[in-house]
Amino acid sequence: MRTMSAAETAPATYAWAIHAEQLQVRAGRHLAVDGLDLRLQTGVHGLLGPNGAGKTTLMRALATVLKPSGGQLTLLGEPVGSRADLRRVRRGLGYLPQEFGFYPRFTVREFVEYMAWLKEMPKRAVPAAAQRAIERVGLTAKADAKMKTLSGGMVRRAGIAQAIVNDPQVLLLDEPTVGLDPEQRLDFRELLQDVGVDSCVLVSTHLVEDVVAACTDVVLVNEGKLVFQGSPEALMAHGEEGDAGFSPAERGYSALLRRHRGAAA
Amino acid sequence: MNLHPDVAVLARYADGDPGLDEASVWSVESHLESCADCRARLAEHTPDDVHELLALVSAGVDRGIATGPAPTPRRRVSRRRFEVTLAPWLTMTAAVLGCAALLHGLYPDLPSLVLLLAPVAPLPGVAVSWNRRTDPAWEVVAGTPRAGLGMLLRCTAVVLAVVIPVLAVAGARTGAPMAVLLTPCLAFTAASIALGTVIGVRRAAAGLAAMWAVAVVAPSLATAQVPALLQPGGTAAWAVAAVAAAGFTVARADRFRRLTSGN
Repeated sequence: MRTMSAAETAPATYAWAIHAEQLQVRAGRHLAVDGLDLRLQTGVHGLLGPNGAGKTTLMRALATVLKPSGGQLTLLGEPVGSRADLRRVRRGLGYLPQEFGFYPRFTVREFVEYMAWLKEMPKRAVPAAAQRAIERVGLTAKADAKMKTLSGGMVRRAGIAQAIVNDPQVLLLDEPTVGLDPEQRLDFRELLQDVGVDSCVLVSTHLVEDVVAACTDVVLVNEGKLVFQGSPEALMAHGEEGDAGFSPAERGYSALLRRHRGAAA
Repeated sequence: MNLHPDVAVLARYADGDPGLDEASVWSVESHLESCADCRARLAEHTPDDVHELLALVSAGVDRGIATGPAPTPRRRVSRRRFEVTLAPWLTMTAAVLGCAALLHGLYPDLPSLVLLLAPVAPLPGVAVSWNRRTDPAWEVVAGTPRAGLGMLLRCTAVVLAVVIPVLAVAGARTGAPMAVLLTPCLAFTAASIALGTVIGVRRAAAGLAAMWAVAVVAPSLATAQVPALLQPGGTAAWAVAAVAAAGFTVARADRFRRLTSGN
């Protein structure tokens, strides 16, 4: 249990935690996200798409790391334009990038506490919040081990711990299940559902099965545009016997992509 | 809240009376959180088994603290990061200034390299302060509320706190007044941050250092004359330049909220 602040219990004054309209984001010169419309509210949303669909660029823009080059992006009710003051929005964000860099000589606890400090958490709340985040990802035994001694899966879990340390209202996880073994993936799904009860979680992955098992909502993008948004059941319903894939969800995924490519051509 | 709950209500609350409706329970509880007197009164009405339970819990917690691992000593993690990213660059700067001081001892006729290098001494440190190449965790750091000009200035302060004493020691033998050593140094630091709002701090620092080397250091070594810019009379101009650059930076502080590819 932890004490809730008045700001946390206040009713939200916005309809969507993430609201993008005709969003355009560049990755270098290439327009990786091109006219994307997206509305996301509380829950666990799985972001699917083939390689080069613009998933990581979209994640970076939502994490306020990249500046949108066109369209409107509103996070937690505040516009995130080029000249906006991002401090308030960023306090409510948690982000695990695809290439998660860390300081090898920091211990897990030091790294998570450092991130909590960067996220402007009150000084006295930091140690307890870091401990709680580390416990939630199951790294308690390794809390005081140096980051460079961790295995790939443990580094990933440390990355998830730094993302959730501030109890974010918008949690963005880019390929969080890479390097996790099957048992840890199950634990991770549970954690996702737990966090998704009162925050907006967007998980980018290439594993269709992860999405079906852990997400309340599927977002499918291709070539920087939204192809499909709906429940996992609706995704499965799009698949037919002849489509590529080993499960109903995979068949639905490939059917939707095929139709989108056909319409674009 | 000034309305203390009735003693009878408190007694029923302490007994866990199921007849007490939820709204009253809530109002009693929210009042108890902020009123020490009522908590004391509640303690008088608490039944013995609750006291026993509390004593048991308190003993258990004490035992856990006594037998558990000792708390790890706290270190300021915000400082530790500077050790990680800045330390190698600051060591290099100090070494270069040390060599410059040695050279001055060997060739006292040439203009002192310490004096010539002083303006650009903090630039390597400043260049790596807000830079996606030297900070492995740049992507997570760049998305946090503290990221931006504030972080850059913190790092710059650390750089100056190391470079200025080194300059003071290395420059003592040149006989130049401290103001001649330090004002150009501050002006260049401020200018690289100001120019950094336009092209990124890394490029700005590299460009300014290169310009200084070509336009001032090389000619003055060739002619064996201390350049006019580094005579005591130029201090005021350097100070004005530093203030102007600082003002320009403040006006464009929002440019540092995101890491551009120039950084």
